[in-house]
Formats: sequence, structure tokens, C-alpha cells
Amino acid sequence: MKLVMAVIKPFKLDEVRDALTSIGVDGLTATEVKGYGRQKGHTEIYRGAEYAISFLPKIKIEVAVKEDLAERVVEAIASAAKTGQIGDGKIFVFDLMNVVRIRTGETDADAL
Amino acid sequence: MRNLTYIKTAAASAAAFALLGAAPAFAAVDSETAYVLNTFSFLVNGALVMWMAAGFAMLESGLVRSKNTATICLKNIALYSVAGITFYLIGYNLMYMDVTGYIGSFSPFWAPDDAEALAGTFSDGGYSASSDWFFQMVFVATAASIVSGALAERIKLWSFLLFVVLLTAIIYPIQGSWVWGGGWLSEMGFSDYAGSTLVHSVGGWAALTGAIILGARKGKYTSDGRVNPIPGANLPLATLGAFILWIGWFGFNGGSVLALGSAASAIEMANVFANTNMAAAGGVIAAMIVTQIMYKKVDLTLALNGAIGGLVSITAEPADPTIGMAILIGAVGGVIVVFAVPLLDKLKIDDVVGAIPAHLFCGIWGTIAVAISDPEATFVAQLTGIIAIGAFVIVLSTVFWLILKFTIGIRASEEDEVQGLDKAELGLEAYPEFGQGSQSF
Repeated sequence: MKLVMAVIKPFKLDEVRDALTSIGVDGLTATEVKGYGRQKGHTEIYRGAEYAISFLPKIKIEVAVKEDLAERVVEAIASAAKTGQIGDGKIFVFDLMNVVRIRTGETDADAL
Repeated sequence: MRNLTYIKTAAASAAAFALLGAAPAFAAVDSETAYVLNTFSFLVNGALVMWMAAGFAMLESGLVRSKNTATICLKNIALYSVAGITFYLIGYNLMYMDVTGYIGSFSPFWAPDDAEALAGTFSDGGYSASSDWFFQMVFVATAASIVSGALAERIKLWSFLLFVVLLTAIIYPIQGSWVWGGGWLSEMGFSDYAGSTLVHSVGGWAALTGAIILGARKGKYTSDGRVNPIPGANLPLATLGAFILWIGWFGFNGGSVLALGSAASAIEMANVFANTNMAAAGGVIAAMIVTQIMYKKVDLTLALNGAIGGLVSITAEPADPTIGMAILIGAVGGVIVVFAVPLLDKLKIDDVVGAIPAHLFCGIWGTIAVAISDPEATFVAQLTGIIAIGAFVIVLSTVFWLILKFTIGIRASEEDEVQGLDKAELGLEAYPEFGQGSQSF
């Protein structure tokens, strides 16, 4: 099992969700986060004075999937979240040790 | 507000009437009807001015951070109430009763005297006593509102309200007596129609001395001299506030014709409405253009300040200018605001809502502009008024601020400021269910 975590542009969330649903992913967690990468921050201006915004708003999504689906999930996120502009985000893939569905007590692949 | 206006107007209408003989279309209304219309004007225009208190409350609510929203709302409704009570206690009599040149009467507790009118005798340009009291009272509140915005987010509630007591009971009425009470400045020809100097600069000077003595909000200026902007929480509210001020200003300037009992005064009031509106429009457009050029972006909050700057600029003489002239006078006000805001930041004077540029600097400009648009006004008289009233308010408000500072203290503790005055002084939050609010998760 793999845990795919991706940080994406907030307005891409719906497209990413649709892409994941279409390849059979039926669970997803999204979190509003802030961060920066190569894009760095940007500046805003208020009453004539500039100030730096170092942490930009992003969405972090986490998807737990079976081994064989992981690669397609990564591709789906990568293509759906891509604008080609700086700041599109990153995808991280982790090995997933255990999963438990709380309601039934099922574990691992059955719990996904 | 200027006490000579209605006499001038009445004389003009009488002259017109004499020239046209008994032409029925120009027949003056009888004196009781004029009395009713004059009173009506004071009441309706005064209620519009009262609504400016709501405008200030919204403008300030929008430009502070959400942790100080409830406090600024409370300050606004409290200062409006305090101003009315002090004006009843001593303010009105100090400003208008038996003015000897420099000060009115210290007799407390103003009460209306309408015996003459009730007996059926109506003087030229007459109106009910309470209508005038009410109209003058809402002006005092405006001066106090200006102070609250500039000092927001770090001043203690009760210290601020004590200053409002001193401002509305002593500072404002005494300098007001010099002009509208018929004192020495009006005798030397100083002209301030609705109060660019008497109301707006007075509030502005008191705000300036307060902002200097109180110090900047924590974190506004870094130790290496940079400005760290503290953006306001809610720009729609700030915009609503500017619009409310704009509509209230029709009462502020329009009512200052002080009469509605003749066609001439109705025409003057209509001209004042038109000029007031167009000066604000000029202020907005000028502020937008200048910010676009200077910062490559249009600054909304400075456009809002531009509207107020334009309104303050036209307030000293809203009747005489042509509409084109009114737009220009307002536009200069809008430009002043855009340049004065970063200037105050350079001096490390932290004015949260831009009250000092809009009310003080534009008030000075508007008062000088009278000498351009009104042939009867002189630069010497206008400058004398600006300097005399400025000096008086600076000295007195500095003394009052320092007394408050070294007795009960004026600055909230650093911890309270970081936590927000809503929790520290009121024990509540303006938005408990949103953002960082205690009920949000």
C-alpha cells in the first residue's frame, strides 16, 4: 500500500478530485496548508506600503491506495494539477504500513 | 453652521423679492412656514449627520484587525453618546451663549427656549431651539469620531472616552465659539461654512497629538525603519462606512445653510449637495489615479480615504464653487491623502484609518481653498483661523493626553494588544465562529 501526498494549487482541487475518482480512487483527505518552494512568496501592497507574503496558501491532499494503483494516482494528480506555471506543487509517495477501518475493524487492503 | 449665512440669504431673497415686486411666483412664505421649514432642515440634515457615526464605525471596523472589531464598535457608539451628554451639560452654552469673543458661557445644562415662537412671533430665519441644538450636537460627535479611528487597536477604552469628554466639553466648544459663536475669528472674516477647520481639523489635531503620545501599534514599524503594514480585516465594511459618511455629508454641509425658508436658501442647499457629492467623486478618482501611478496598483482603502478627503476639502465652502471647481478642490484632497499616508508612516505616526490625512490635512487645504472660491474670504483670515485653532487644539489636547497618560494610562498592555482589545477589555470576540474564533473548531 502507498500513501500519496500532494501539495497543489487550491483552485486545482476539483480537477484533481475528478481525475482521481475516474481512476477508481474513492477516498481523499484535503487540508488547507501554507508553504513555499521555488515560487517563494509574493508581495502585497496596503496603503502605500509593500509587505511580503512568504507562505502561500496551498491544498494538501492525501490518498491511501493499493500498490498497483499508486503509479496511476501519481500520474492523475500530476496531469490534473499542472498549469505549467511556477508553484504547481509536488507529489510525495510513502510506503503505508497499516490501515484500519474504524467502523468494522477491517485492516490493510480491505480497509482501503 | 456659519452664523452669517442665513442673514445673507434672507437679505438676498428680500432683495430679489423687492426687485420683482409682488410677482406671486416669488412671494416669500410667511414667517411661520419659514420657521417650520428651517426647523425641518435642521432635524433631517442633523439626522443625516448622526448617521455619519455609523459610517465612522463601519470604516474603522473594516480597517482594524478582527481582534479589535468589537472594541472599535463600542468606542464609536460610546463616543457618540458621550458627545451628546457633554454638549448638553456645558458644550452648547460654552460655544453659543453670550460669546465674548473668546469663550461663551459656563452655565451648565442647556435647555430650549421657544417661548417667542410658541407665542406666535417668528423672527427672520427662525427655527426651534432644540433643532439647532441637535444639529450642532451631531457635529461635535463627528469631531470625536475622527480621534477614535486614528488611535484604534492600542488605546484603553476608558482613557479614550475621558479624552472624548474633554474634547467635546472644552476643546471643541471654545474654538467653535471663536467662529460659529460669533467670536473673534468670525469678526476678522475667517470663513468655515460647515467645519473643515472647526470640526475636521480639530478632530485631526487631537488625533495627531494622541497618535504621537500613544505611540504606534506593536509591530507596525520595524527597528530598521521599515513599515510593516497591518491590513484591515474587512474591506467591504470599510467601503460601506465610506459610503455612509458620503451620504451623511449631505446633511453635514447641506444643513449648514442653516435655513430652508426661502427659494434662495433651497437653491443654496441644492448647490451644496451637488458640490459636496462632486468633491467626493473628485477625491476618489484622484486617489485612484495617483495610487495607480505610484504603486502600479489601485489602492481601495486610499480611494475610500480619497472620498473623505474630498468631502472634508469642500466642507469649508460648499456653496460658492462651481461644480467643476468643487471637483478640483476634492481632487486635491484625494491627492493630499495619498501622499500624506506614507509621510505619516515615515514619521512613525501610526494612524490606523488615515484620519489625520483625510480630516486634518484636507481640512487645512479646504479652509485655504475658501479664499480661492469665495471673493469675500482672505488668505490672511483663513490662515489666522487655521493657525489659531490648530495651536489651541494642539496645546490643550497635548496637555489632556499627557495628564491621562501619567494618571490612569492610555496604552493597553503589550499582552492585551497582542491578544486583542476585544478579549482584553470586553471579554468577547466579534467573530467567535470564524477564523481564529474560540467557537470555530
